Amino acid sequence: MIASVAWRNIWRSPVRSGVIIAAIAIGMFAGVFTTTFTKGWMNQRLEAGVETEVSHIQIHDPKFTENYELKKYIPGGVQLSEEILQDETVNGTSPRIVIQSMIASSETGTGVRIMGIDPEKEKTVTNLYTKVIEGDYFESMNRNPVFIGKKLAKKLKVKLHSKLVITLQDAQGHITGGAFRVCGIYNASNGMYEEMNVFVRNTDLARLAALDETVAHEIVVHLKEPEKLEKHTNSLQAKYTELDVQNWKQLTPELGYINEIGNMYTYMFVVIILLALGFGIVNTMLMVVLERVKELGMLMAVGMSKARVFWMLMLETVLLTLTGGITGILLGLGVTYATMKKGIDLSMYATGLEDWGYSTHIYPTVETEMVIVISILVVITGILASIYPARKALKYNPAEAIRTE
Amino acid sequence: MNIIDIKNLYKTYNDSEVKVHAVNGVDLSFEKGEFAAIVGPSGSGKTTLLNMLGGLDQPTEGSILIDGTDLSQLKSSQLIDFRMRNIGFVFQAYNLIPVLTAKENVEFIMHLQNRPKAERESRTMELLKAVGLEGRENSRPNKLSGGQQQRVAVARALASKPKFVLADEPTANLDSKSTENLLDIMEELNRKENVTFIFSTHDQRVMNKAHRVITLEDGKIISDVRKN
Repeated sequence: MIASVAWRNIWRSPVRSGVIIAAIAIGMFAGVFTTTFTKGWMNQRLEAGVETEVSHIQIHDPKFTENYELKKYIPGGVQLSEEILQDETVNGTSPRIVIQSMIASSETGTGVRIMGIDPEKEKTVTNLYTKVIEGDYFESMNRNPVFIGKKLAKKLKVKLHSKLVITLQDAQGHITGGAFRVCGIYNASNGMYEEMNVFVRNTDLARLAALDETVAHEIVVHLKEPEKLEKHTNSLQAKYTELDVQNWKQLTPELGYINEIGNMYTYMFVVIILLALGFGIVNTMLMVVLERVKELGMLMAVGMSKARVFWMLMLETVLLTLTGGITGILLGLGVTYATMKKGIDLSMYATGLEDWGYSTHIYPTVETEMVIVISILVVITGILASIYPARKALKYNPAEAIRTE
Repeated sequence: MNIIDIKNLYKTYNDSEVKVHAVNGVDLSFEKGEFAAIVGPSGSGKTTLLNMLGGLDQPTEGSILIDGTDLSQLKSSQLIDFRMRNIGFVFQAYNLIPVLTAKENVEFIMHLQNRPKAERESRTMELLKAVGLEGRENSRPNKLSGGQQQRVAVARALASKPKFVLADEPTANLDSKSTENLLDIMEELNRKENVTFIFSTHDQRVMNKAHRVITLEDGKIISDVRKN
């Protein structure tokens, strides 16, 4: 019955309760939607980083990543790549020849990393082939095709089928060069990646760099069970002790922390909102207690224990907070579900974000754990906000309180 | 047999260095089933005496024994529990819980006592019938007249089958018809349930109805008249 009294008490002053419930609802809507928006944004960055750029695991000669020296390749890398592919936990492998070089158009030039790939094998480890915005992915052109990023195309002022000259030092130490034509342009939603990474066929690059076609500088591995990343990294490292096996978390630590940072940021945001709302709730409940001095005195006089009076006021505060909180959370989830398919286009306002690998078209994502944590935080806010007004109520002397006008 | 024994009771307030004796050496006892009124002018100590009798205020000196239990020996939490189980209260301003219906108001104390639902319901209906509010059990206080609200308050006071009921100026806010009606109901319940009623009042109609009239003045009993 105390719960029923607490609930009915909320509606004794519908306007006052309505105002605080609306404030809580708006605050929680902002908290939840910001959370799902940020989560979606961070997940997109994570997915782009892993699925488009790095893939799950990369294997190199231990000294290769120090300065990308041409001769630090894995002998028989292509065959090793096939061997790893036989493992049933592996989804795909792709051997790459990776050379730091210069690329030049008729207008200008720049330093880039040339990736010599087998286009079909590459499709099994990254989704870059789905990011084509012009031309195609090594399909229509037979002679020296090159697949470049949107940002690099803009920098070099080239279009589809434009000629580019790649200049590099070959295995014998001679400076050599080759002419390539742009077969396709990709958009990875990461300006830095687009500007740095150029893809050609591994056979074309091996010929240009005077390397054996069977070698590879990098073997990229895509797993069937990405959640068992650490386990598979360790087992590959144990199997190939002379090579350096690294997963995406080791290769790009900033991607590994992106979720933690995103979560911390959103929790802090929600806690600050709840803190501000908490003061509003305390104020409302203090008014409630002051208005009901007589009634509280009567309840204590007729035998309602202090614990029960405290519980009734705490329940009233928690129910008030939960009513606003649940409304806000549902509103936040509603807007999230309404926008999660089509996404929210921020390209008008935040074009610079793509330079840092963050998409400007954001698809909010709901994470159940986060919704549960926010709901628990709402309840905790209600409980904490009730303590001061409820303690104040307990200090009344029943005999005096009953006579209050 | 006495159910209340008041011995040498004092209540003194220190009002800016002047001691005010609100209750000044009262010795009084009540038997089971009495229908008594404590009367006297304003400031005579009626309400203070009633508050101490109800365990809402502590005496400066003296003792109050209720059925052998010395109220001054009870801790604060024990006192609350004692009030719930032994004393019924009727207030001048009715003091019903506005969000509960008449039935729920009567039931509330039995809820606090964790009585079974069936017992609560039958006792509530029995009392509401006794106070003439059958059919109004689902009305909230704001839908009832002052007299009806005070009748609900009387039913609430009796719900827990207390040893006695303390009524502080119960008719002060009622018209004469409602007062007559309420007094008749309380007298009937006093007889039927054999429960002691103690009123504090200025109201001549209550004094006329009471079987015993105790007059206080300056915190002292100046007369204690029992009617036949």
